[in-house]
Amino acid sequence: MNFSEVFKQSNQLCKVSPDGKYLATCVQYRLVVRDFNSLQIVHLYTCLDQVMHMEWSSDSLFILCAMYKRGLVQVWSLEQPDWHCKIDEGSIGLVSSRWSPDGRHVLNTTEFNLRVTVWSLCTKAVSYIKYPKACQKGVDFTADGRYMALAERRECKDYISVFVCDDWHLLRHFESETQDLAGLEWSPNCCVLAVWDNCLEYKILLYSLDGRLLSSYSAYEWSLGIKSVTWSPSSQFLAVGSYDEKVRILNHITWKKITEFEHPTTIINTKAVVFKEVEKRPVVGSEDLSIHQLTVDNSLFSTQSKYEITQLPAQVPVIKPDPDRANPKIGISALAFSADNRFLATKNDNMPQSLWVWDMLRLSLLAVLEQTAPVRCFVWDPHRPRLALCTGNTKVYLWSPAGCVSVNVPVEGSFQVQSLFWHCSGSSLVLLSKEHICLCYVEAEEEK
Amino acid sequence: MRHHVGHVWFRQALIMGSAFSFVFCTDTKELSSISGISMSPSRQNSHHSLHSTMALPKTSYSVLSAFCTEENISQCIAYINQVHYKGMSLESKSGNLSTVPVLNLLYEVLQLQRRAQRALHELETQQLMNGSDLEHLQHSNCRLKDQLEHTRRENSGLHEGERQLQLKIKTLHNCLKSEKEEVQKLQSIISSRASQYNHDTKRKERECTKLKERLNQLLVDKRDKKLSIEISNYVGRSDGKRGLWKTGKMEARHEGEMYRALLSDYETRQRSLMMENSELKKVLQHMKKDMIAILSPKKPCVQPEPADDSLEQAGSEGEEETGDCSRESLEQSCERAREQLTKSIRLQWRKLKSHVERLDSQASLVACQEREGDEMMSRKEHEDEMQRMRLDLQQCKEFIHMQQQLLQQQLSSPCDEETAALLNDCYTLEEKERLKEEWRLFSEQKRNFERERKNFTEAAIRLGHERKAFEEDRAAWLKTQFSNMTPFVDRKRPALSEPHSALAVSESRLTPHHCYAIHHVQKKGLKCKFHNMK
Repeated sequence: MNFSEVFKQSNQLCKVSPDGKYLATCVQYRLVVRDFNSLQIVHLYTCLDQVMHMEWSSDSLFILCAMYKRGLVQVWSLEQPDWHCKIDEGSIGLVSSRWSPDGRHVLNTTEFNLRVTVWSLCTKAVSYIKYPKACQKGVDFTADGRYMALAERRECKDYISVFVCDDWHLLRHFESETQDLAGLEWSPNCCVLAVWDNCLEYKILLYSLDGRLLSSYSAYEWSLGIKSVTWSPSSQFLAVGSYDEKVRILNHITWKKITEFEHPTTIINTKAVVFKEVEKRPVVGSEDLSIHQLTVDNSLFSTQSKYEITQLPAQVPVIKPDPDRANPKIGISALAFSADNRFLATKNDNMPQSLWVWDMLRLSLLAVLEQTAPVRCFVWDPHRPRLALCTGNTKVYLWSPAGCVSVNVPVEGSFQVQSLFWHCSGSSLVLLSKEHICLCYVEAEEEK
Repeated sequence: MRHHVGHVWFRQALIMGSAFSFVFCTDTKELSSISGISMSPSRQNSHHSLHSTMALPKTSYSVLSAFCTEENISQCIAYINQVHYKGMSLESKSGNLSTVPVLNLLYEVLQLQRRAQRALHELETQQLMNGSDLEHLQHSNCRLKDQLEHTRRENSGLHEGERQLQLKIKTLHNCLKSEKEEVQKLQSIISSRASQYNHDTKRKERECTKLKERLNQLLVDKRDKKLSIEISNYVGRSDGKRGLWKTGKMEARHEGEMYRALLSDYETRQRSLMMENSELKKVLQHMKKDMIAILSPKKPCVQPEPADDSLEQAGSEGEEETGDCSRESLEQSCERAREQLTKSIRLQWRKLKSHVERLDSQASLVACQEREGDEMMSRKEHEDEMQRMRLDLQQCKEFIHMQQQLLQQQLSSPCDEETAALLNDCYTLEEKERLKEEWRLFSEQKRNFERERKNFTEAAIRLGHERKAFEEDRAAWLKTQFSNMTPFVDRKRPALSEPHSALAVSESRLTPHHCYAIHHVQKKGLKCKFHNMK
């Protein structure tokens, strides 16, 4: 594994272009575009204010920079660096901004979610969408970029509008059977829309593209409900994580639960492997404590760690949440399927240091990774069944069915990895610390 | 006490009363002896005799008159004096009784009798009373016993009732506990929901205040920043096409596209499901065939009787099934066929299971039998072996004996030198002949070897020639190729002629090497032959 040098960034704004050729980072009010392979600066743009959100267009030709405080959005072109575009929302304010899937429209959500303004870069047309709902995930585009689903709330009732992204024509508008819609997500095959209620009611509804209700699923009543939802890449499974520390898998044929994954405090399943991260403190001899050694060789302060396989039955460290607070830190908050559908990684909030990997072929627990610090971020390789995770320390961890490995980021000073993501080719990882980024080039095969 | 006294009194009275009867009893003989009258025995000891004593005066008068007559007055007087209790005695004066003492006596006696009767009466009443008391007590005893029984039963009944109530209490306790737990759980749920609601309300309130502030600000702030877009030039669409007007046709087109997308998705799904279905059906068919094959009675292994008919049945059924198979493959989506398939699979599976179970039991039985059989077999074998060994031993013994005999014969036989020499000569001759024969054989084989060796060398030489020729051809061909590529064409000729000389050179060079190889091969060949001979 090779590591690149470190670059500055602010607000964790660092994105790779969809075609994988460029890396864009924001440093305060500047937008820096680099070539991904050589990491040379290709373009440099200056925005009017500190950039809060930055996004590539789908064709990798434009970059959108949103400055919420000023209510401004600036769009930059890669092909023509002197092309400029500024969108001012005026006194109405700006809360979020995003591209449309065709890369030619900008959707701005105004303050207080008063409306969604659709600005076109091709024509002078401006569209408004009223009463968008402010929730966890109120807008979603289909994978093929043809349709957009938007959650609305009118007169204390939830509605869903389906728009055709071509010309923003309202295709369907129907009432949703949720009490208080929390989110919606299209299936990867673009035909089914999963809509879920907020945590006070466990309800997940499945609507067809034409607005028919296909099915409704509710596991239990009264206790806090759904926390996270994700589709499998083949659209075969819908994984629903809830506050009762279980993940329920629904199948796409009957929309009924085929299994539920529990996260017990004691693991007794003999087929699962429990990897425990163990830190090894390097032994320091007194004669090594020279200034030269201290500054150059970082290994003195950064502890190496390795994984050890724990004997079963194993105990998982649990942190009991405060029962009186809202949105308690309990339940499955993050779910992710691997690209080949074979694995599902889950994180249970009251076991924050553990990451659970499930085998979807056998529908059973495959591995549990126990880290020394709470897991901050985990992402699957877009091509291979390989999982990268970070816990906020100076290491990046990789798991694959062959085993797992812990790699120290060999950067001067300490590089606390706060989040990471894969390059679309799966050959490298982009690691983000608070103020910097670092690239990690990963070989195809990893062994323990 | 009263009873006792009464009893005594009664007794005494009885005694007194009976005194008379006693007197009469004892004296019946005397009396009878005296007066010659007989008393009926029934009157003696009965109660009625007492009563009869009441009527004594009337009847007894006749008896008294019988007791005392003019003749035996003095005797009677003596007797009375003897018998009566009071100290009054009758005195006889001149043979005639004075009436005064007699009357006194009589009065006394009457008094006594009256007293006795009274006592008797009292005793009788007493007895009656006692009798009734006794009855009363018996009754009350019975009643109390009944009451006791009744109360005992009631008690057990109450105990039972108490026990059931205790049980009920326990179950109610448990219910209460579970209800309490449920209540607690619900309370925790309510509290979490309440905190969630509060959180949401607070959030909404904050948003509301922000909104109000903004509204105020906007009302105050006249400078309304209009929303606008500044763009240097409009870019083309990502797909390069021209934008289209929004018309009804567009709407229809969108609808159409949407339905098409949905349809295609359903179609792909249906296709994959059909494929999966057919694959599973195939697997089931194979399984069924395998099961039929396993169950068919083609194995000749030993199996007890009861298994056979079931196997036959399975076999016949299997034949039926194979006929059905083809039909099933045709009607793949027919539900009846599917049901049939599953039913037949289940049937076969059950048969297989029972068959395996039977085999298991048989195997265990056979294993037991074998264990016993083994011992028997080994014993039998053992005996056979013993027999054989004995036979061998016998034969060996005989042979040795014979040998010994011959040897003895040889040693002990008188042989003159001539015969001995002749014999020796015979032996040597025999040996000579044998050796000659062997020598002949050996020379023949040697000749064969030589021939083969020659053939081998010739073959090797030929091979070498051929190889070289091939090599040279190849080289020539390559050279031609090369020379075709190069502009130097006239170099071909000398190139072609070279191989020949090369061959000659190589030939000369080759033969010693070859000879060595051939020699080596020859040696090996010889060795092999010798081995074969041996």
